[in-house]
Amino acid sequence: MAVAERYVGTAVPRKEDPELITGQARFVDDLTTPGMVWMAVVRSPYAHARIRSIDTSAAKSLPGVTGAFTAADLSDDWAGPLPFVWPITEDIKIPVHWPLTGDVARFQGDGVAVVIADTRAHAKDAAEAVHVDYEPLPVNLDLEAGMADGATVIHEDLGTNTVVHWSHGGAGDQGIFDSAPVVVKERYHQPRLIPNAMEPRGCLAMPIPAQGEFTLWTATQIPHVARVTLSGVAGIPESKLRIIAPDVGGGFGSKLNIYAEEALALILAKKLSLPIKWTEERSENYLATIHGRGVIHDVELAGDENGKILGIRVKEIADMGAYYQLLTPGIPELGGWVYMGPYDMQAYWYEFSGVVTNATPTDAYRGAGRPEATYVLERAVDAYARKVGKDPAEVRRTSLVPPFDEPRTAISGLSVDSGNYEAGFARALEMAGYDELRGEQAARRERGDVKQLGIGLSSYIEMCGLAPSQILGALRYAAGGWDACVVQCLPTGKVVLKIGTSPHGQGHVTTWAQIAADTLGVTPDDVEVLHGDTAIAPLGMDTYGSRSVSVGATALYMALEKIKEKARKIAAHELEVSEDDLEFDGGTFQVKGAPDRAKTIPELAFSAWHAHGLPADTEPNLEATAVWDPPNFTWPAGTHVCLAEVDTETGAVELLKYVAVDDCGTVINPMIVDGQVHGGIAQGIAEAMYEEAMYDENGQLLTSSMTNYEVPAASDLPSFTLDRTVTPSTTNPLGVKGIGEAGTIASPPAVVNAVVDALSHLGVTDVRRPVSPENVWRAIQQAKGGGGK
Amino acid sequence: MRHIAVTVNGTRHEADVEPRTLLVYFLRENLGLTGTNVGCDTSTCGACTVLVGGKSVKSCTMLAVQADGEEITTIEGMAQDGELHPLQKAFHEHHGLQCGYCTPGMIMASDSLIREASGPLTEPEVRIGLEGNLCRCTGYHNIVKAVLAASEEMRAGSANR
Repeated sequence: MAVAERYVGTAVPRKEDPELITGQARFVDDLTTPGMVWMAVVRSPYAHARIRSIDTSAAKSLPGVTGAFTAADLSDDWAGPLPFVWPITEDIKIPVHWPLTGDVARFQGDGVAVVIADTRAHAKDAAEAVHVDYEPLPVNLDLEAGMADGATVIHEDLGTNTVVHWSHGGAGDQGIFDSAPVVVKERYHQPRLIPNAMEPRGCLAMPIPAQGEFTLWTATQIPHVARVTLSGVAGIPESKLRIIAPDVGGGFGSKLNIYAEEALALILAKKLSLPIKWTEERSENYLATIHGRGVIHDVELAGDENGKILGIRVKEIADMGAYYQLLTPGIPELGGWVYMGPYDMQAYWYEFSGVVTNATPTDAYRGAGRPEATYVLERAVDAYARKVGKDPAEVRRTSLVPPFDEPRTAISGLSVDSGNYEAGFARALEMAGYDELRGEQAARRERGDVKQLGIGLSSYIEMCGLAPSQILGALRYAAGGWDACVVQCLPTGKVVLKIGTSPHGQGHVTTWAQIAADTLGVTPDDVEVLHGDTAIAPLGMDTYGSRSVSVGATALYMALEKIKEKARKIAAHELEVSEDDLEFDGGTFQVKGAPDRAKTIPELAFSAWHAHGLPADTEPNLEATAVWDPPNFTWPAGTHVCLAEVDTETGAVELLKYVAVDDCGTVINPMIVDGQVHGGIAQGIAEAMYEEAMYDENGQLLTSSMTNYEVPAASDLPSFTLDRTVTPSTTNPLGVKGIGEAGTIASPPAVVNAVVDALSHLGVTDVRRPVSPENVWRAIQQAKGGGGK
Repeated sequence: MRHIAVTVNGTRHEADVEPRTLLVYFLRENLGLTGTNVGCDTSTCGACTVLVGGKSVKSCTMLAVQADGEEITTIEGMAQDGELHPLQKAFHEHHGLQCGYCTPGMIMASDSLIREASGPLTEPEVRIGLEGNLCRCTGYHNIVKAVLAASEEMRAGSANR
């Protein structure tokens, strides 16, 4: 008998691609349904203003307009405010967030009314005809000013802008921050970012009024979470609400949320008994879809004189924006567990304050808390290396946790599944040609070249695979962290997987099919993967936090184990041997020592379906469901090396080389894993070099479209040189760790460290982010004593 | 309303359109050709790129009435007789797409870039040639590989004809 081809570990081309490369994909805005009308949202142009009155009469009289509604008009139609599911402390203050605001607009873009019309253009016309009388109020976007006594309080009922304070509580000897031979103290700013998934958000709510049933197609990462939460906002029984995430054009955390427009579309579909469609414009996306980062850190890194890091103490101030979205204050907390990075430390402290401002709410953006933490740590490690006069590579090498293949408790208190940081570190430096680069750098410095070289290192670990439900409960998160999969072996030899993960570019369909194909002895083309529809795959917790492979695919693995167990029983019965006499490989059971006596899974699926002669107590059909709740997080790790050339006259930065060695445990599809790393690095380079959401003092977003918020193009980025180490996770039987966020976590400090390193001989110790020519030039002038402010 | 006649992917269409209708919405909503996507509304991201008279155009910044009398090709018209276009094949083989939202525009812009080049494209030429098309997933690494591979194949193909 032929041994089936193995797919796990190989670069199987993506099953997703054919529809995407031919224009046959179905994104939300591609969908239409009879009787459909369009929704447009009227948004506050002011960052903070009392709403004196709203006049919708002119809008209602325009052609094609079905209606125009304010918060007052809809207050009996919504059953609750928008969901916020992570009240991280007992005393957290929670701003109430309705789908439309009725009294005060608290950021530019806050929705104040909504219009419904027969076409996209008519809806937009009508939105512009709604007249709102605003009384502008004082605006605050500065975190420390917002915390000070006498600041304008943005949510009067809360009495303060400092709505939450969370402390890790510390670990180890806190005295070290006074007694250690060397303590570096730094302050780092990480500006707000705009996620920029290429597909803007959008939704289509279709009612069947006579049944009280609703289907919502929405560009989301979280159809299952949406079903639970939106049922509460819209007052629709969960059992009558179906959520479908069709093809989704990127998310990066921005679609890991429940937005006002999804709720409004459902509420109005119910109120008007009409299918309601809404598509976000890009300028609207910049205002009304969450932003990321927006944090200030004060960090102290303690170490000895020889380059051994001893401890880290961090105090953070985080910009919440005008309201909480789904998870807002949970994002800094998530980072609050990884400030030790891959280093062996004796002391740890982390706390943060969350501050409400007159700006777009912040929430999860690729990496969610962990890029912020890694940036602070890795910048501080370089500062420490400069202070003790050591090479930053030597400091890292001296301080890395030695290899471990059983779970190890980190100083922050969490259990790390496995790690071999030294191997990845050594490999990255070798690939970069680190020592030669240092030589070239020294030569350029010696010559006083205009263009100087900088080498930036970044070593990271990240907690992924969100998450063990018990831990989530302990952290006061409202939901669990399990996922689920149904495997159906059809009588024709084909296989259907129904899984609770919900991809938006990650290649799950191919990856999951590879895993199933190996176990079941079929090809990936024989496996159909269904997801993103609560009617088809009702159990699931969706896609975020690099969780899909370690939680979702492990649920698939568990379901496949159940399939094998049942198939073995049927095979033994048909072959008239005991189950112990069977060997299983590549989807085939064969009698030990008698290879001609065998049954394949497809054959057994047919037997299980016709059920003519099943063993006693065996249900017809070969299918199984498994739900997997991980016992721990997974912890990818790695080292990135960035080589930057900095023009000391103009401040221009060019990346000459970018090397990344990541360890995400077992790899199912190396092509897809590399693709995730490429995209993650690019997004992190964008964060470091190009992107910043800038507001003026009145709270007007200055970077208000793609023309002035710099999403990098191909010409702005280098190629990447990748390799991997493989340290299997001990958290799940597949040994997988996840790779969606690694690149974005590792790369910002690698880039900024490289730029600072290029200029350190000029006295530069920090460059404001992004490291644009202007900011680099200013840092050089400041170091020269020429101001440059 | 203005009356226009356009040929899209070889099929002639006549329609009355509002003068303010953008070409991209005419293609998507009047003709049902939803393969062309809208990403930014400001002619920055290139997701809406189509070929008008063989040249790449961002269809979110062209009015449908401006396309009157033109020959237009969209992503739906790239595969011929069931055979994928070399760029479609190359994007698949080199993993040049993840979410796929920018992909139709990327392919259309690349087609025009390759055909308008005087010789084989280099990596810097591809990176600069595609700077009007944004992707948020791939970091462009594999897009560049795919376009270089397709460029070779398309040049070899035209040399053989």
